[in-house]
Amino acid sequence: MSASASLAQGRRWKAWEIAILVALPLSWFAAGEQHSLLANEIAIFALFAVSLDLILGYAGIVSLGHAAFFGTGAYAAALFAKHVNPDPLVGLAVAIGVTTLLGAASSILVMRGSDMARLMITLGVAALLYELANKLEFTGGADGLQGVVMGSLLGRFEFDLYGRVALAYSLVVLVIGLLIARRIVHSPFGWSLQAIRDNRLRASAIGLNVDARLGVIYTISAAMAGAAGGLMAQTSGFASLDGLDFHRSADTMLMVVIGGAGWLWGGLFGAIAFKLLHDVLSAWTPQYWTFWLGLFLVVLVMVGRDRFFKPWTWFRK
Amino acid sequence: MTTVLETKNLVKRFGAFAATNDVSLKVEKGARQALIGPNGAGKTTLINLLTGVLEPTSGSVILEGQDITRLPSHQRVRRGIVRTFQINQLFGELTPLQSLALTVSNQLGISGRLWQALGRDDRVAQRCDELLKQFHLDDVQDQKVALLAYGKRRQLEIATALACNPRVLLLDEPVAGVPEGERQEIFDIVNALPAEVTVLLIEHDMDLVFNFARTVSVLVNGALFAEGDVKSIASDPRVKSVYLGEGTPHG
Repeated sequence: MSASASLAQGRRWKAWEIAILVALPLSWFAAGEQHSLLANEIAIFALFAVSLDLILGYAGIVSLGHAAFFGTGAYAAALFAKHVNPDPLVGLAVAIGVTTLLGAASSILVMRGSDMARLMITLGVAALLYELANKLEFTGGADGLQGVVMGSLLGRFEFDLYGRVALAYSLVVLVIGLLIARRIVHSPFGWSLQAIRDNRLRASAIGLNVDARLGVIYTISAAMAGAAGGLMAQTSGFASLDGLDFHRSADTMLMVVIGGAGWLWGGLFGAIAFKLLHDVLSAWTPQYWTFWLGLFLVVLVMVGRDRFFKPWTWFRK
Repeated sequence: MTTVLETKNLVKRFGAFAATNDVSLKVEKGARQALIGPNGAGKTTLINLLTGVLEPTSGSVILEGQDITRLPSHQRVRRGIVRTFQINQLFGELTPLQSLALTVSNQLGISGRLWQALGRDDRVAQRCDELLKQFHLDDVQDQKVALLAYGKRRQLEIATALACNPRVLLLDEPVAGVPEGERQEIFDIVNALPAEVTVLLIEHDMDLVFNFARTVSVLVNGALFAEGDVKSIASDPRVKSVYLGEGTPHG
């Protein structure tokens, strides 16, 4: 096959990719009034997980503090709605703007150093923001920001108790996020991230400005995480410390690992699997569900993702 | 002849140890120059200093009259200094085609594009086809690099460097680990480069050095030990003694 045909094949939309994009809006009808709130949360975490995958799976930046952007987006959206303007779309834009700036500023910290150093730095930045939000008056401290009243979407759709409008809103933002992420990972820029992840030395030896590229993707990823956080605050009506908490970062990393790091749709499937596992397991054994989650993860990693999801290969050599 | 690449009193110390010791080297435009020396003589350190992987303790690196001592690696590549690595440095999860397409895109100045797919520009695929064919990689172009046989990976190592359109090509033991029969092929490709491309070769195999190079510089203990055309170096008794381990201690 010629190079151009092969490269064209790589970027072509696959049938199953289109199927996923069609299934996402259809899930709004499937969720109904009963499951909309859960589905809304899954959509938001999926967007958050996709944003983490861009830096973790593609660029190889190990972060245990991605919640810094999720939480900041949530607080930004909540504060803006409370004090400035209750319009959700304007608020979402503000959340994205604020986290873009935060991402750009903190990207300098993750450009250099080992994986361990980045782990500590990302962890540190998130912990710092957590304590700030805990301490400061205007963020509501440990109680979080409550009683955020959102305006109606597009001036027409009032957010309802069942989360029908919320789910529709989150799904639309998720689909847009996925489309943007897909564009990016198929671009030369996207491939350069994988090259940097695989071999930083060679990446700079072919003339790539490694630091600049990592800075750009970290900023984009922060913006996307901020959008997810903003959605969370807007659709739930409050922003809390939970959004900045360590477990939020860790859960999201688990989602990416379960779904498959370095695979665009991994964040989506990981978020679905994680949330459903959580729901099923905690209904069955409310106190000890993390035991089963832990067991699942150990088996998944030991067996390997590819093999795990192909049971017919389990007993083959 | 004009000097294209030059070092002036280049020194690199690791603690008290001088890996590069006051090296002043001149490489003429279009040269086929070899850099030889016993193990630990500082050949790879010198390449790292030339390409910006390491910063020198003192001294300077000059490319076409301009001081590039403090220029970061990727900007030196843009100015035409390109290297290969003694130990393959490749993108394991990419395919040879993707690796080359990215490299060629970067050469064309379009690798920073976020919104256009890789290979959308026709020039990319065209150049990739040439390179893949030239290096016999067309049959494995869509396989993961990490799964390729060693010989293929070695070919890709050099193909990737050539995809950068080098004006000065630094080859760090290009045929290391390549079976005897396939070595000449790599040298044929390097020999076929346009005459204005300057090649600096580090190699252990003396037969290859004396076949390929027109001038030879000998490095011992981090310092320039001897320099001259192939004939004079081949017959220099001091060089012989260094290689046979007599007299001068190994570095």
